[in-house]
Amino acid sequence: MAEVVLKNVSKSFGKTVAVNDVSMTIENGAFVVLLGPTGAGKTTTLRLISGLEKLDAGSVHIGGRDVGLETPAQRDVAMVFQQYSLYPHLTVRDNLAFPLRSPVLKTPEDEIARRVEQIAETLQIPYKLNNKATELSGGEMQRVSIGRALVRDPSIYLMDEPLSSLDAKLRADLRVELKRIHAELGSTLLYVTHDQIEAMTMATHVGVLEEGRLVQYGTPKEIYEDPTSVYVASRLGSPRINILPSSIFPGDHKGPQIGLRPESIRHGSGVEAKVLRSEHLGDQTRLHLEVSGHAITTLIDPHDDYSANSIINISPQNPLYFNASGARVV
Amino acid sequence: MSSFSITEPSNRTKWFAGTLVIAYALITMMPLVWIGLTGFKSPADAISYPPKYIIGSDSEAGFQPTLEGYVNLFTTRTRQTEEFLANNPPENWADEIVRQYDMVIVGPSKFGERFLNSVIIGFGSTFLSVFLGTLAAYAFSRFKIPLADDLLFFILSTRMMPPIAVAIPIFLMYRNLGLSDTHLGMILLYTAVNISLAVWLLKGFIDEIPREYEEAALIDGYTRFQAFYKVVLPQAATGIASTAIFCLIFAWNEYAFAVLLTTANAQTAPPFIPTIIGIGGLDWPAIAAGVTIFVLPVMIFTILLRKHLLRGITFGAVRK
Repeated sequence: MAEVVLKNVSKSFGKTVAVNDVSMTIENGAFVVLLGPTGAGKTTTLRLISGLEKLDAGSVHIGGRDVGLETPAQRDVAMVFQQYSLYPHLTVRDNLAFPLRSPVLKTPEDEIARRVEQIAETLQIPYKLNNKATELSGGEMQRVSIGRALVRDPSIYLMDEPLSSLDAKLRADLRVELKRIHAELGSTLLYVTHDQIEAMTMATHVGVLEEGRLVQYGTPKEIYEDPTSVYVASRLGSPRINILPSSIFPGDHKGPQIGLRPESIRHGSGVEAKVLRSEHLGDQTRLHLEVSGHAITTLIDPHDDYSANSIINISPQNPLYFNASGARVV
Repeated sequence: MSSFSITEPSNRTKWFAGTLVIAYALITMMPLVWIGLTGFKSPADAISYPPKYIIGSDSEAGFQPTLEGYVNLFTTRTRQTEEFLANNPPENWADEIVRQYDMVIVGPSKFGERFLNSVIIGFGSTFLSVFLGTLAAYAFSRFKIPLADDLLFFILSTRMMPPIAVAIPIFLMYRNLGLSDTHLGMILLYTAVNISLAVWLLKGFIDEIPREYEEAALIDGYTRFQAFYKVVLPQAATGIASTAIFCLIFAWNEYAFAVLLTTANAQTAPPFIPTIIGIGGLDWPAIAAGVTIFVLPVMIFTILLRKHLLRGITFGAVRK
């Protein structure tokens, strides 16, 4: 386990700037989630730390040591790829043992057997150990792929959307499992995801990337409640935050754009909103509204029911204000 | 209920396809079968008209099988006087066969030696082509090489002219380098011709292997070469096997260079077989026997790697 520091890291592919002057400190034992849409530079950041890509500028430090000239093997990092990259010619057991047998680790075989059995148990695949890697389902492959990282005890675990190809139940199980492993081992993790539940439940810190730049870094609570821009505010929250012109609500406003999370809209008084449709999700009901031509999504009690074209009154509660270019106004 | 299915061909289609395949197989196998039969004929039967093709039959189209062709292929013989023949009874069954022409076996022919040369040169150049080809293909596939496309084109351009076009320069070059009529010279020459095929075929195969495997291995603590050896190579086995077959078939069958550059020492079987002379002209049964034996190694090699070859041919067309 070690602290990982990125100092003014940049990387371009041709004319595309993938990572632009990113500085970030991943504290020893932190679980950092990187958020951002496709192309924001999340995966490239992981690859720069792992050494699969060379830095254009800046430096990466793992445990205080500048790793700029080190090979991936020397950096002592473990990585889970988005596409499960199991070695197809090996069995599940040999796949899991592969990193332990490397010339860097050279683990004794009895120790390998013990670790592999233990990880297989954790990932609920002990009965698959002697299967060829190609004989597994997608979910099982991804579990083995995670297992291949977890058998090691590296400076940092790098995970690139490891749960995205799994079904909902397994994803929930593994989320809990990863969090437990993190808590027990005190491992340092850098985790890329699109999934807000993963970000909110597992992360100790969240970094938001926008076109290669790190635009905000903080605890999940800070990112959710105190975003610095419309862009960051839109990364977390489902349904997404409503960004509207402030002028559609009466009164004084700190900025021209108002951001309202679906749960921070008070019902019963204020401006009139026409109901477009409601969506019953079981635990919550989403109401799609229209105010002066702007679409708004809000949450209502699951038992309430509003028919289309009926009118309800709404007003802002704990609004976030942004200036015309999207930056937060406090 | 109808058993109609859009994925399973109908019985009539299968029957038609089967007939077509068998008919095609019969046509292509015809020359091989004919060569095989001729190897067991007497010189007279081999050139008789109408042809004889029923083994052991007394009918007009039948012939009695004999090992004469094979004996003639592997031995050298001399004609002897009746007195000598009467005083020296045949030593073995082969000797007995040649006695009908008043001859005795005096020693082995050059065929064994020539065949061994073919094995050494064919397999040697195949191994070298595939070995170098795999390394080059991996580099072209994975690394940023300046002018990679031009280099690949340049490598392929060695195949754009008939070998005979460069035969004389190579002949002169080899004479100066002392490589004429040597095994090493022929192995290098066939490797040079085959390497373009090997690089292009193998690059296609290695391109199909996702880089993530090596990247995973690099992170798992292995060096680039170890990742290549432990992860890429096993997955490229299919491509390597089919490339090896193509290289071997070329090197094995090559005639033009062999006839020009080899004589006494490193001569391979192809230029040797047509020169087998019998009584009163070419000894067709012995030539046919030589061809039969010559075809066997490539056939066995191909059958051994057949599974890989079939997968190799469809590789790339079907994405898993």
